Amino acid sequence: MTRTPYLRRRLTNLVALGFAGLATALGLAFLGWILWVTLSNGISAFGPRLFTRITAYADQGGLANAIVGSLIMDALALAVCAPIGVLAGTFLAEYANRSRLGTTIRFLNDILLSAPSIVLGLFVYVIVVLPMSRLTNGAVSFSGVAGALALALIGLPVIVRTTDEMLKLVPSTLREAALSLGIPQWKVTVQILMRASTSGIVTGVLLALARLAGETAPLLFTAFGNNYMVLNPLDKMASVPVAIYQYTNDPDPALHAIAWAGALLIALAVLATSLVTRLLFSSHKVRHD
Amino acid sequence: MLKSPRRTLRFGALAVLVSLALTGISAQATDVTGAGSSFVYPVISKWSASYAEKTGNRVNYQSIGSGGGIAQIKAGTVDFGASDMPLDAATLAKFGLGQFPDVIGGIVPALNVPGVAPGQLVLDGPTLANIFLGRIAKWNAPAIVALNPGVKLPGTKITVVHRSDGSGTSFNLTNYLTKVSPEWKAKVGEGTAVNWPVGIGGKGNEGVSAYVRQIPNAIGYVEYAYAVKNHIAYARMKNAAGKVVEPKAASFQAAAATADWASAKNFDLLMTNAPGAEAWPITATSWVIVYKKPKNAANSKVVLDFFKWAYEHGQPAASALDYVPLPPSLVGQIESYWKAELKQ
Amino acid sequence: MSSRFDNPPTVATTDYRSRRDARHDTWFRRLLKTCALLVLAALLGAALATFWGGREVLFHDGFRFLTNDTWNPVADDYGALAPIYGTLVTSSIALLLAVPVSFGIALFLTELAPHWLRAPVATAIDLLASIPSIIYGMWGLFVFVPFMASIEPALSASLGRLPLVGGLFDGPPLGLGLLTSGIVLAVMILPFIAAVMREVFQTVPVRLKESAYALGSTTWEVMWHIVLPYTRSAVIGGVFLGLGRALGETMAVTFVLGNSYLITGSLLMPGTSISSSIANEFNEAVGMHRSALIALGFLLFVVTFVVLLIARLMLRQLARREGER
Repeated sequence: MTRTPYLRRRLTNLVALGFAGLATALGLAFLGWILWVTLSNGISAFGPRLFTRITAYADQGGLANAIVGSLIMDALALAVCAPIGVLAGTFLAEYANRSRLGTTIRFLNDILLSAPSIVLGLFVYVIVVLPMSRLTNGAVSFSGVAGALALALIGLPVIVRTTDEMLKLVPSTLREAALSLGIPQWKVTVQILMRASTSGIVTGVLLALARLAGETAPLLFTAFGNNYMVLNPLDKMASVPVAIYQYTNDPDPALHAIAWAGALLIALAVLATSLVTRLLFSSHKVRHD
Repeated sequence: MLKSPRRTLRFGALAVLVSLALTGISAQATDVTGAGSSFVYPVISKWSASYAEKTGNRVNYQSIGSGGGIAQIKAGTVDFGASDMPLDAATLAKFGLGQFPDVIGGIVPALNVPGVAPGQLVLDGPTLANIFLGRIAKWNAPAIVALNPGVKLPGTKITVVHRSDGSGTSFNLTNYLTKVSPEWKAKVGEGTAVNWPVGIGGKGNEGVSAYVRQIPNAIGYVEYAYAVKNHIAYARMKNAAGKVVEPKAASFQAAAATADWASAKNFDLLMTNAPGAEAWPITATSWVIVYKKPKNAANSKVVLDFFKWAYEHGQPAASALDYVPLPPSLVGQIESYWKAELKQ
Repeated sequence: MSSRFDNPPTVATTDYRSRRDARHDTWFRRLLKTCALLVLAALLGAALATFWGGREVLFHDGFRFLTNDTWNPVADDYGALAPIYGTLVTSSIALLLAVPVSFGIALFLTELAPHWLRAPVATAIDLLASIPSIIYGMWGLFVFVPFMASIEPALSASLGRLPLVGGLFDGPPLGLGLLTSGIVLAVMILPFIAAVMREVFQTVPVRLKESAYALGSTTWEVMWHIVLPYTRSAVIGGVFLGLGRALGETMAVTFVLGNSYLITGSLLMPGTSISSSIANEFNEAVGMHRSALIALGFLLFVVTFVVLLIARLMLRQLARREGER
């Protein structure tokens, strides 16, 4: 009597676990497939020239200025959106979880997640680029700063969403225990709750970086692009995604190879960042028991 | 204890400081900025690199699309714009702008018809229009057979591939079809993006050429430079003079030379369906748009100097990229336009 | 810090300290609130800017903009029906495929895989999120579209014969179209959903799971009856994260969607989407055309709003039913 349901449960379990393994294999297969295509197309142009020559030399050049531009703008974007996003997410989870303001912001944040990136770029164009151009009489118009702000708008909702969710999962016993010791709420939030969900918050920041590092559309009308090397974030600035975008539409197959190499570079850079960050933060892992 | 969030903050603050510090450092020679048409992006980039080596002045051109180029020059955020469509006299006057052509290119029909060799097929304007209208749906339709005696054409359905992105390539093609087919003019018209009656849209040259290659019995259109560099099978065209021509530098230049530039004010003229016997019917150029009274006179001087240099020394680079230099007669007209209109 | 032990706190110092703590708390709260309001401002600003940019078309056409299925830049006649349809269809396919697969991956990574395997596999899946979307587009265009073209005849022959859904798999084997885009989108959003699920599954208190195991539950039962209910809100958050990306994704979709404004019932036929229309035509658009594209951007906000609203209502319903049970 009892054997049949037990068998069925075991069978269900087996099927489910088999599916889980299969799903993982499928995900890895797609990664392998896409990376292989990127690698085989991009490897020919992936040499020292990619890092030493600037885009001005086109097929005789590399992506040096685009790499530098991307590094500067991505760092600036993260510097803007990571603190704001983490703090805003904390507000939602800890201070406004069930309040009307919290619900509204959470809802609107989800909408911001799907905003077409080109629209966010346009928004920054209207509120940053045009006023700057008018203020400085055209001396500063498009700029790396404007590009970074557009990218920050793309990363922001990802960080807010993940921080909010991760903090909400910290057991309330932890909160109550700390507060009952008389520790002020800000200390509880920063030193206990955020620490308990560090790995989740870091995942959010990394997802944001992964998303903004490959964005093209918002940069066209903000950072603009530059064929030469510039370090001044108030100048028009090149970036790897924009270079990829322009090179893929170029007639010259040599430039297509550089575009693929650029894509490979972005994937590798994000991989490296993610590995280093995980190594740094994995020791902080706290179990919730 | 609170290392991690604080570390993030500190890192952020540091990044801001470093970048602000860098603000003061980089000083340059004259940097001028241009934006617009993606069609001329490869050649202007190439010219810019050589020009920078010669003069130290850096021309930073970015392809954000003709529409974007026009919008940016109007907004005063760039020193020059480049557009695949000429502006009309009223717009030029209103914003105090002048325009002149920079380089010539062609647009070719790309094909994938099993059993038909590259360059073997001949089409004419009305037939091309009927294919893109969906009127001619099979490769062995009488109109195509009549143009191609002796070519074995399959009875398969034609798949039309057009550009999905707004582009000067589409603009010149639809302008040509509008000139040769009254039905196209009435039903579809010309534009960088139109309401295509049939077919699928590929993004950019690479999207169109990939679709054409992958889908048997497809026809599309790409820039000549793209077709040459990527070995894409194309069709020959019967031109306005009734002669069948190959797409090549000579036939593009013939179109430019026989177009009536002298009577076109502000070079407001499209070279499609040009009258010359050797002229390729879908020949295109793009226009450089500049201020007549620029806010930054030094920059504008460099812009004109750059194009003057390009007309004189940039021809080998343009030819290597499968663009066609402007005929000398047209360059002469442009230089007198500069003197008369731009006070250079 | 050591001074605390040297001088036992007097009434005065604790009073001082609690007042200081209260002040810090207020400041901290204000800081957090400011940041949250910044998010609000960013969204409202972007929404208003698109509304303002699209006003010519929105005011001129009103509701007709939603129901009109032509898109004719030459005649300046714009309707958003086809892009809305394509957006909803491709995003639905993407979610339908990505949610179970992400769940499977998260399950594998938190319960099944040996410990040494978890970190590398998790990082690999995260890596899927870092590939620039234009590369998804190029991969889709050059590799995946031909692959789909090779299996679509089989799809039409098998699934196309089924009653009711058969029509969805009818059509010429072009390889591109709504289904292909949905699959590419699924691959793109999968890492977002999987990463959140993985993180939140790890936060389930071990003692909860151990108790269930002690009662004789199978791994699947622990997952389905303990872990999933415990983390439900966060899992849904992760799904929204993926949905947001799917709705707004441009570059990848535009290469494999076929970009046709004709609405068809088959998933194998080309279509268009809001974001790919914008990305395609924005650069060259002027005047009314540009306004129509920005209006489309505004519409995407509205569509997202409606989709999320429906999702919320359904969740509330679900919660209520569970409460009754």
